[in-house]
Amino acid sequence: MMQLVRLSGLSVSFDGAQALRGIDLSIRKGEAVGLVGESGCGKSVTWLAALGLLPAKARISGSVLLEGQELIGAPPATLERVRGGRIAMIFQDPASSLNPVHRIGKQITEALTLHRSMTGSVARAEAKRLLDLVGIPDAARRLDAYPHELSGGQNQRVMIAIALAGQPELLVADEPTTALDVTIQAQILELLQDLRRQLGMALVLISHDLGVVAEACERVAVMYAGRIVEEAPVTHLFSAAAHPYTQGLLGALPPMDGPRRRLAAIPGGVPEPWAMPPGCAFAPRCGFRASACDAAMPELSSLAENHRAACIRVVQTALPRESLPA
Amino acid sequence: MKPGGILLNAEGLVRRYAMRRGVFGQAVEVRAVDGVSLRLERGRTLGLVGESGCGKSTTGRLVLGMESPDAGRVSFDGMIMPQPGSQAWRKLRARMQMVFQDPLGALDRRLPIATQIAEPLDIHGIGAASERSDRVETLLRAVGLRPDQGARYPHELSGGQRQRAVLARALATDPALLVCDEPISALDVSIQAQVMNLLLDLQEQFGTAMLFVSHDLRAVRQVSHRVAVMYLGRIVEEGEPDAVLHDPAHPYSRALVSAIPHPGRSGQRMVLQGDPPNPADRPTGCAFHPRCPVANSLCAREAPALKPRADGRLIACHVAHGEIAAGQGFAGQEAA
Repeated sequence: MMQLVRLSGLSVSFDGAQALRGIDLSIRKGEAVGLVGESGCGKSVTWLAALGLLPAKARISGSVLLEGQELIGAPPATLERVRGGRIAMIFQDPASSLNPVHRIGKQITEALTLHRSMTGSVARAEAKRLLDLVGIPDAARRLDAYPHELSGGQNQRVMIAIALAGQPELLVADEPTTALDVTIQAQILELLQDLRRQLGMALVLISHDLGVVAEACERVAVMYAGRIVEEAPVTHLFSAAAHPYTQGLLGALPPMDGPRRRLAAIPGGVPEPWAMPPGCAFAPRCGFRASACDAAMPELSSLAENHRAACIRVVQTALPRESLPA
Repeated sequence: MKPGGILLNAEGLVRRYAMRRGVFGQAVEVRAVDGVSLRLERGRTLGLVGESGCGKSTTGRLVLGMESPDAGRVSFDGMIMPQPGSQAWRKLRARMQMVFQDPLGALDRRLPIATQIAEPLDIHGIGAASERSDRVETLLRAVGLRPDQGARYPHELSGGQRQRAVLARALATDPALLVCDEPISALDVSIQAQVMNLLLDLQEQFGTAMLFVSHDLRAVRQVSHRVAVMYLGRIVEEGEPDAVLHDPAHPYSRALVSAIPHPGRSGQRMVLQGDPPNPADRPTGCAFHPRCPVANSLCAREAPALKPRADGRLIACHVAHGEIAAGQGFAGQEAA
């Protein structure tokens, strides 16, 4: 598969506090990648930085290549064509992403005019097709509805329709189901899967929920304190998590069956960006901490094909270190 | 305190609200809770699961007397709940406490947490003033905070530490009942596990009974001895958490269980059509019938009663009780 987006060494700081500390991640065409981590780990900032959506005070370095085109520091005109046109993004709370005083039809056609120069009845017909595509019943009539007349799940479908208006090659969905009920979450996850199959679009699913990512993605990157600490194919991550943080996240999930055991909670909390530990950021909470952990930030090392982890223990116990595929 | 013996008994609770549609619209009656009965034994936990708007939080408030039911009654420790706001009720409130979802909203930002943890002791006049600081220290330790952290203000603590402070305050009066309304939903996964472990520890240590209100079936299984599934103001299924999770009998419980995302889930997910209905627009018959894959014509006419199956599981479903054959459902016929 061809590489679509490649982030390398992407770093972001706000007022001297580092939010992202060197992210390396590639997304191939049509691929579904999950980005998992707890609040403040930088999983949303990564994509806001890539698309130039951070406030001016953010200091961004590193590189984001979209099929060879550099996005960091790109002129606004270039970014405007990319945003919505090639990479679209949807957010957690659909109600606050939609304009409450405009009919949803207008909000979809606005995106169609912007990205595909459609107007009038052509745009309206396409807007109806998009609403059909995202599974809104009675789409023709719903074009004239206001966001408050729809439920939360339907509003998220509308957001997805707007995101699809520019025919993006990559959809970045930032916690798209977190604000929704579980049965509605299941509907939206199924919809994202269907759309990806139909449109061949790549998907980056940002979530704090390993379960959600396990179902919707092929590959997962786990983030902690502004870095990727482990990256693996989904099945691999759940069967053979290598990084202690990933193991901790899995252990913290209440099991569905078997005897009820005490949960293996990760002690303590996430370090503050202005008080980062000198070496591995997870060391203060890690059960396997050794003095070497504080010496330097561990780099992502390859353990198996497509499986990388940033932990010194892993390197010692796993395969001999090999050079990473470019 | 040993578990056993009924602590809380709620019978046929109903709570209605008047909702106006539009500025000049007629007031519509919304039944947030529509005939809920539940029992809770001492030192045990009952999990109450359901989606937003199903009335699980209102049920929690009703059993504490924070709201008065329009019908039904609550008895606590064998006595009928006194009139909310009365002297007797205030006195009783020391024995039942509530923990909310958002710890930052539940704490006073301008007071150090030790002061807030001592407040219930002052209000209920428990212990001598000189013993308060010892008591606060004990409570802080019980919830896994250091005594010196008592001097901190809420904004100086992390989300998990704040929820610990809220729990310490709730436990200050040594309550027999704790109603926890989504106590872990606002927390990160690793912190959720810490708080769930803490709830279990505290229950073992203090013998507190808990009503654990949550939308998360996995969390409910982890902490509860029994689970009740609510849909649109009614309990549709109640039983042992493992039994309900592994062999859900009500079609709605089945959909809820099937919707839990988890790695290694096998088989086709049962995805419900449509959204949970508006409580103001309650469907006729079984409230779940418009979304139910096995609904039959009887389901649209007659609401099923919650009654025990042979194995003791409580279920409110005509089909699950074998009263009628499974139908095709109505989901396809009705455009939302």
